Amino acid sequence: MKRALSLYAAAVYLFLHLPLAVLAVFSFNSSRFTVWEGFSLRWYEALFRDPHLAEAALNSLIIAFTATAAATVIGTLCAYGLWKQKTGILPGFIKSSLYLSLVTPEIVMGVSLLAFYQWVFRFLDVQLGMHTVVLAHVMFSIAYLVVVALARLRTLDPSLEEAALDLGATEWVAFRKVTLPQLMPGVAAAALLAFTISIDDYVITSLVAGVDSETLPMVIYAMARRGGSPLVNAVSTLIVVILGVMIVASERLQGHS
Amino acid sequence: MKLPAARLCLLPAAVLILLLFIAPLLIVCAYSLLSRGAYGGVGLPRSAESYTRLFDPLYASIFARSFAVAAISTALCLLLGFPLALFISRSGRRKNLYLALVILPFWTSFLVRTYAWMFLLRDTGLLNTLLLSLGIIREPLPLLYNYGAVILGLVYGYLPFMVLPIYATIERIDRSVIEAAADLGAKPWTTLTQIVVPLSAPGIAAGSVLVFIPCLGAYLTPDLLGGGKTILVGNLIQNQFTTARDWPFGSAVSLLLMALVMVLLLLIARRNQEGLL
Amino acid sequence: MDAVLELRKLSKSYANHQVAVSGVSLTIQQGEFFSLVGPSGCGKTTTLRLIAGFEEPTDGDVLLKGVSLRGLPPYARNVSTVFQNYALFPHMTVRENIEFGLRRKTQMRAAERQKRVADALEMVQLTGKESRRPAQLSGGERQRVALARSLVLEPDVLLLDEPLSALDPNLRKQVRSELKSLQRRVGITFLFITHDQEEALSLSDRIGVMNQGRLEQVGTPQDVYLRPRTRFVADFLGTVNWINGVGVRPEATRISYHPPGEGERAVPAVIESSLFLGNCLHVKTRLITGEPVVAQVSRLNGSYGCGETVHVWWHPQDEIICPQ
Repeated sequence: MKRALSLYAAAVYLFLHLPLAVLAVFSFNSSRFTVWEGFSLRWYEALFRDPHLAEAALNSLIIAFTATAAATVIGTLCAYGLWKQKTGILPGFIKSSLYLSLVTPEIVMGVSLLAFYQWVFRFLDVQLGMHTVVLAHVMFSIAYLVVVALARLRTLDPSLEEAALDLGATEWVAFRKVTLPQLMPGVAAAALLAFTISIDDYVITSLVAGVDSETLPMVIYAMARRGGSPLVNAVSTLIVVILGVMIVASERLQGHS
Repeated sequence: MKLPAARLCLLPAAVLILLLFIAPLLIVCAYSLLSRGAYGGVGLPRSAESYTRLFDPLYASIFARSFAVAAISTALCLLLGFPLALFISRSGRRKNLYLALVILPFWTSFLVRTYAWMFLLRDTGLLNTLLLSLGIIREPLPLLYNYGAVILGLVYGYLPFMVLPIYATIERIDRSVIEAAADLGAKPWTTLTQIVVPLSAPGIAAGSVLVFIPCLGAYLTPDLLGGGKTILVGNLIQNQFTTARDWPFGSAVSLLLMALVMVLLLLIARRNQEGLL
Repeated sequence: MDAVLELRKLSKSYANHQVAVSGVSLTIQQGEFFSLVGPSGCGKTTTLRLIAGFEEPTDGDVLLKGVSLRGLPPYARNVSTVFQNYALFPHMTVRENIEFGLRRKTQMRAAERQKRVADALEMVQLTGKESRRPAQLSGGERQRVALARSLVLEPDVLLLDEPLSALDPNLRKQVRSELKSLQRRVGITFLFITHDQEEALSLSDRIGVMNQGRLEQVGTPQDVYLRPRTRFVADFLGTVNWINGVGVRPEATRISYHPPGEGERAVPAVIESSLFLGNCLHVKTRLITGEPVVAQVSRLNGSYGCGETVHVWWHPQDEIICPQ
């Protein structure tokens, strides 16, 4: 039975990893068709010369950086608040809302944000664009940040901060000098995670993006809809490699918690 | 003395959640009770028509199909995931590595992973090209743009959700209980079915719900791998808000989907008291 | 008497060259209550796991009724284990736990199985609690379920891995005597693992003392306690005063103000402390040679004051003589 189990597991691992591996291999194919003709970097060269892709990538990076920075600050503060005050109406409300946001289907979150924006636009003279995308990204990544930061906080000794207060530090100083330094690896891990989620999102982004805010996933989606091309293979491979490195870094920072 | 500071820390998140999560959901609630506007959007009069339309056989069948697709995907995830979780729990020092190999693809771009299957399955894709060049087939097989491809993509996308909770419960089973079963004469297969499977039931339940929920509301996978030929709830919602421009009906469908998700969650919330938050 | 279990030069070492069991040879007779004692890490639990089949020996062999068990998985060996934490199946009732092993014997009829389970329940006084789950039982009851679950299979040898250590101390002595009478009643060979020498001495027909993977001595409780072959065995089974290379147990050590008679061994000493323990006195003394000596003496012989000079003496037949 042991052998059968190992073989089965190997097959499942192949199922999990082979599609991406094959895609990566064919991104180095010199032919435009799915027949191997030889190693070539032509698709990567084409990729870096494509102004459309470059603009989308830049948009994605701006959105991901802004959204992650905002979400990290708000999320860390929120996790700290939840750690300090475990019960009550406000923590209860926040916890159940974040939990719900984690399981809300992306499409529902996307259309509800779209409906909300359109309603707000009746009163304000703004339109869909980078800002609406950033706000949406802050919202959907905050739950991940709180979960990771809270997990890290729960490993800390609350009496350390009390000791700091006892030694005459103000609450702000106690948080900044005692708790925050210990929390940093968790925050960094969570921020990396939020960044990868933000840069990868298609469903919500496509609904709330404006004409000036096309992101990389939107471009890839459009190209995939048209049947795909070796160029998409190359972009995809790059994204997987970059995200993979970030995830491994995030895992390291979380210390296998 | 501690409490005001804690509240202050919670405030930004609370405002964010109220504005960008709760308010949008409330707007969707309100829209679902209005009529379709002349140029898209919504308008008066108030109407429950969107909800009565949910009972239209056309839409009821979309819900039924989504349920069936999600159920089949969940069952397949269980079929692949349970043995994998068992394997990882029995692999000693390599556990962390094998676990990482399950988690890693999950965090690398969902879109790219879905596209990878398109690359494999489409008419000019790798599988068809291979089979054609080997002379096994003469015409490309219609591998893409059907329910099979959608289910394949969903299983591929959400398998980690099944593996992780099952692995966690198997890990918690006392090693000596397994030894006791063998000691009392149970062969490995009997130990597996009589002891390991029943004791990992909470993990199986949690994993099944965690896979079922995103499969039920899936949009990207049926859109790309189903190619418009497979309409599920997610596509229906997207379609109502974009092409069809019937926001009230789209809102009603969204709320029904949310309601289903919440019912499912309550079902496991009773079993697993301790959540993530 | 027939040998039921035989260990032949049984050895187990791990990949990191750590030796858990080293060349243990032992024969256990049918119906015997045999205890393996030793400090934690001495290899006694590994020995038991090698017999049960949870681990494979690196060398040597285990024979059950003369047949080698080499390569046989645990489920194919007619021995059964009572685990330290009992390892009851938490999702099964008491009845289902006890039935578990019997259900694996496919040729057994349902009626026969029911009867055996009923008998087992009665034997461990759990009749009426058969539909409870392990979580609803007390520690003592759980231990009895574990015993019943194994005994119902009528194994050739019952292996017990410190089955009393999870019980609270008050219960332990009561369960100890129940265990002994249970073994007499069922007549099944018990191989009992413990680090508690008092438990081993009071329960066993014979005792094996293990140290650093080796079996140091095997014998009746009297043998190993009164005539230990090594210093380790002597020290492990109880306190020993080592005086000029010979050992004397505290209860064999006597104290008097006057020198004892002809033929006794005696050394002058000074009283350091005297503790009243109710049934006896625990007297600490220091010999003029500087060695500490502890004596456990009757309170009826009077009391001793700190700093008083006395004679410590003993009968030559109470001496423990073993190589360093």
